Amino acid sequence: MSETADRVKKIVVEHLGVEAEKVTEDASFIDDLGADSLDIVELVMAFEEEFGVEIPDDAAEKIATVKDAIDYIDSKQ
Amino acid sequence: MRRVVVTGLGMVSPLGGDVETSWKNIIASKSGAATITRFDPTDYKCRIACEVKPKDHEYGYDASFDVDHKIQRQVDLFIVFGISAASQALRDAGLDNMSEEERLRAGCSIGSGIGGLPGIESESLVLANKGPSRVSPHFVHGRLINLISGQVSIKYGLMGPNHAVVTACSTGAHSIGDAARMIAMDDADVMLAGGAESAICPIGIAGFAQARALSTNFNDTPEKASRPYDVNRDGFVMGEGAGVVVLEEYEHAKKRGAKIYAEVLGYGLSGDAYHVTAPHPEGSGAFRSMQMALKKSGLALEDIDYVNAHGTSTPLGDELELGAVRRLFGDQIGAMSMSSTKSAIGHLLGGAGAVESIFCILAMRDGIVPPTLNLDEPSESCKGVDLVPHVAKERKVRAVLNNSFGFGGTNASLIMKAI
Repeated sequence: MSETADRVKKIVVEHLGVEAEKVTEDASFIDDLGADSLDIVELVMAFEEEFGVEIPDDAAEKIATVKDAIDYIDSKQ
Repeated sequence: MRRVVVTGLGMVSPLGGDVETSWKNIIASKSGAATITRFDPTDYKCRIACEVKPKDHEYGYDASFDVDHKIQRQVDLFIVFGISAASQALRDAGLDNMSEEERLRAGCSIGSGIGGLPGIESESLVLANKGPSRVSPHFVHGRLINLISGQVSIKYGLMGPNHAVVTACSTGAHSIGDAARMIAMDDADVMLAGGAESAICPIGIAGFAQARALSTNFNDTPEKASRPYDVNRDGFVMGEGAGVVVLEEYEHAKKRGAKIYAEVLGYGLSGDAYHVTAPHPEGSGAFRSMQMALKKSGLALEDIDYVNAHGTSTPLGDELELGAVRRLFGDQIGAMSMSSTKSAIGHLLGGAGAVESIFCILAMRDGIVPPTLNLDEPSESCKGVDLVPHVAKERKVRAVLNNSFGFGGTNASLIMKAI
């Protein structure tokens, strides 16, 4: 797993209170990890802080899975 | 009118994460007061409080038992305390697994005096330092006072009345009284009722200290600071926690063979119409509140064996409440016992009336009245009143009166009787 993936996973575990094993790259925040739309807003804010990137609302709306988040962050770094 | 009984109890207090631990420690004359740990209080006039203890403490509280990690992160502590106390109460009543039909007739009335002050303070700093785009999307619903009732109703699927009282330090008592009326008026069969508070944060302590409400003379001996009726009292000690009871329509409780702790017989409420923080100089609001509760209860004064006083340990408030109680009880004043459990757990503000109602119920159950700690030298006006100094006292307790008075001049009194 890449360094980005590790850090994303850690944030997801902390914010959603889910088991680390459940946070696979294919996992959907809403369908698999019990998040609601506001949890995703909060996650996106945490990613922005952690990686020093800005994730505009239209991009944030397309982040549905852990992999989506990792890919977006990698593309901006 | 439908009768209303108490069938479940739940509590988080500075002396325990549940009802029985808190009660055992209250009866053992323990104090929950200590130097503030939530923030560095060095520069504050008041540096002490009765904090709920962490889970590794001898009588600590474990939030994880009833509150999801995610919710703990998103909401203020008063909501977390409230969910825990409500969950305990539902389990105690054997109602944590109701059918859909029952849940349609079950509601929540759990309030708070101040709500999410620590979170309002910390997010304001985020706004000031990092800008609006960094404010948490959970900011609003993680701080709102009615969100204990909201969270609890979602957790347990309670679809009846969803209500939250905000009457400062009378909140807990008003919540129980109002919810009892909802059951009496046939709006619900079961209500979770009570209050919670957690305002031990820099702005909370500074604000109450500036209002000259907190004790400041006992920073080096915190356990001595809350001393209702003592000549050296100098203000209250802030506490935190939650108390929630399950109220139930009497026939409903009887039919399912529920354990019945007490019946809610009397509820009185009044306004001082005098001053925002100072009580009426003749205690007239307090008196009328107690008088109304007594009248509604149908009991005689001699039936009341124990009064859990508002007794916050402020110089003015204690004196005026005592005067009002004396006026109400007249010749009977010597027959009952009256104490302030705030001497042990501090002032839980919006949680006080509910936590203290639970202590009243346990006093009836166990035949023991909790003590007023630190009452070394009672003030002159205490003559002839059994204020249960220092140690708990065994005695028969048939009916109880609980008083709560709040800023704004709001008063509530509850009378309950064992069945």
